[in-house]
Amino acid sequence: MSRPYLLSAPALALFGALLVAPLAMTFVLSLNSFDFYEGISSTFSLANYAEVLGDAYFYEIFGRTFAIALVTTAFCALLGTPLAYFLMRMNPFPRSIMVLIVLGPLLISVVVRTLGWAILLGNRGVINTFLLDWGLIERPIRMMYTSGGIVVALTHVFVPFMVLAVWAALQRQDSATEAAAESLGAGPLTVFRRIVLPQAMPGILSGPLICFSLAASAFATPALLGGRRVKVVATTVHDEFLNTLNWPLGAAISMLLLVSILTVMITWNRYVETRVGRAYA
Amino acid sequence: MRHNGVLANLYCILFAVFMLAPIVVVIGVSFTPTGFLEFPPSGLSLRWFRAILDNPDFIDAAILSLQLAAASATISTVLAVPAALAIGQGKFPGREALLALLMSPLMVPTVVLGIAFLRFLTLIGLSGSFTGLMLCHAVVVMPFVLRLVLASIVGLDRSVDRAAISLGATDWAVFRRITLPSILPGIVGGWVLAFITSFDEVTVTIFIVNPSTTTLPVRLFSYIAQTTDPLVASVSTMAILFTVVLMLVVDRLYGLDRLLIGEGKR
Repeated sequence: MSRPYLLSAPALALFGALLVAPLAMTFVLSLNSFDFYEGISSTFSLANYAEVLGDAYFYEIFGRTFAIALVTTAFCALLGTPLAYFLMRMNPFPRSIMVLIVLGPLLISVVVRTLGWAILLGNRGVINTFLLDWGLIERPIRMMYTSGGIVVALTHVFVPFMVLAVWAALQRQDSATEAAAESLGAGPLTVFRRIVLPQAMPGILSGPLICFSLAASAFATPALLGGRRVKVVATTVHDEFLNTLNWPLGAAISMLLLVSILTVMITWNRYVETRVGRAYA
Repeated sequence: MRHNGVLANLYCILFAVFMLAPIVVVIGVSFTPTGFLEFPPSGLSLRWFRAILDNPDFIDAAILSLQLAAASATISTVLAVPAALAIGQGKFPGREALLALLMSPLMVPTVVLGIAFLRFLTLIGLSGSFTGLMLCHAVVVMPFVLRLVLASIVGLDRSVDRAAISLGATDWAVFRRITLPSILPGIVGGWVLAFITSFDEVTVTIFIVNPSTTTLPVRLFSYIAQTTDPLVASVSTMAILFTVVLMLVVDRLYGLDRLLIGEGKR
């Protein structure tokens, strides 16, 4: 009877000590106050939250972060969904090559991929040099240290998750259903709209959620491509912790990030459940 | 089997260019003979690969990253397998909660995990230590191992277990001679994915390292944030090469799509 508990006890112990306790302590930390001379003192107040929620500076950072995450998610969904569909219809050999190309980058460090985008997007980077050489532009387009540059790089980083989500949904479908619809006289468009799309729906709806939550909390890419000019929540938290050393304020900002992402996730999941539930009812 | 039209193929090619472009330029730049990031390189030179040898910082960081990845993947796997057996084979109160807890590192923003770990490690005096890094990474990579091991457990035929038990096998013998061999691909796949995840992790790690325990991605990150000479490209190229080799081996042994989707069957 106690067997499952015994088996999971070691993992639970690790998570209790190194995940649950630290997160609880971070919450407590966010209630503490910070003084430049005296450091962290263990008073309890919502002052840090009031500071973040009452300051236009932080609104701008949160707003920018979620705007970047939203646009990135839209790009991931729009680019990744068709690719997953085309992947399904490929011959085994080209498909395995394409899978390596699309999923392989997931296994390469985000820092390395971001370096690649810095080389491409810089003022004297590959894209600007190309456009200048061909006379298409007269002055370099500013892409580094802009939200747009961050969006492009983040799309590259997270689009494989979208492809995976849709692909996983499509793989569960029975390929005979397409043939059956065709034999009953459905045209390609009808087959796509009535057979393929509904079956891909769980992936099309779950993929963006993954992309959004990852993009909203991304750190390395905005830090390297945005620098100090384009700050997002994650880089602000990093600064508060490692430069300003105002840990309580950093903890409060990160708690707000956590809560807002969880709220989006729970709301979206509810929506997806009712939506997909209705579609299959 | 239906096939894609010309437009679809064109789309796939453009998509491939988008996915490969940043990686190709990093590799290209690392062969430049000049002292700045230049693509396409004006010539071919191994100068910046030799430069790696003169920068023991990067080599030390790479060795530390390898050790850290191996240690945290192993701890995570050793803890995930029994937990996955409990979750995958039984119905017990708290099963869903346990699964949600063990998968939760995927839901919590990495920057939040990073500061939580930093706060905790500072208090218990393990900040910046290898042990601290290893335990934190074990938590971060646990969902990846758990998902793959669970997928391989769910498809198991339990009647073989019952037959063995009726013939007098102990629980341990059943695990060692029946369960373990059949879920081994899932365990190996999970370990590899955990290894790669730990090896590449930067956001959580940046909060909990100190100068003597800096991992390769963190070292690269700080280097790029300050200066950019082709040295970062040659170090990155070595890291890409390592990942590609690992990836090809995994693809042959297990299937890259299976590893990343985390499903038992195709």
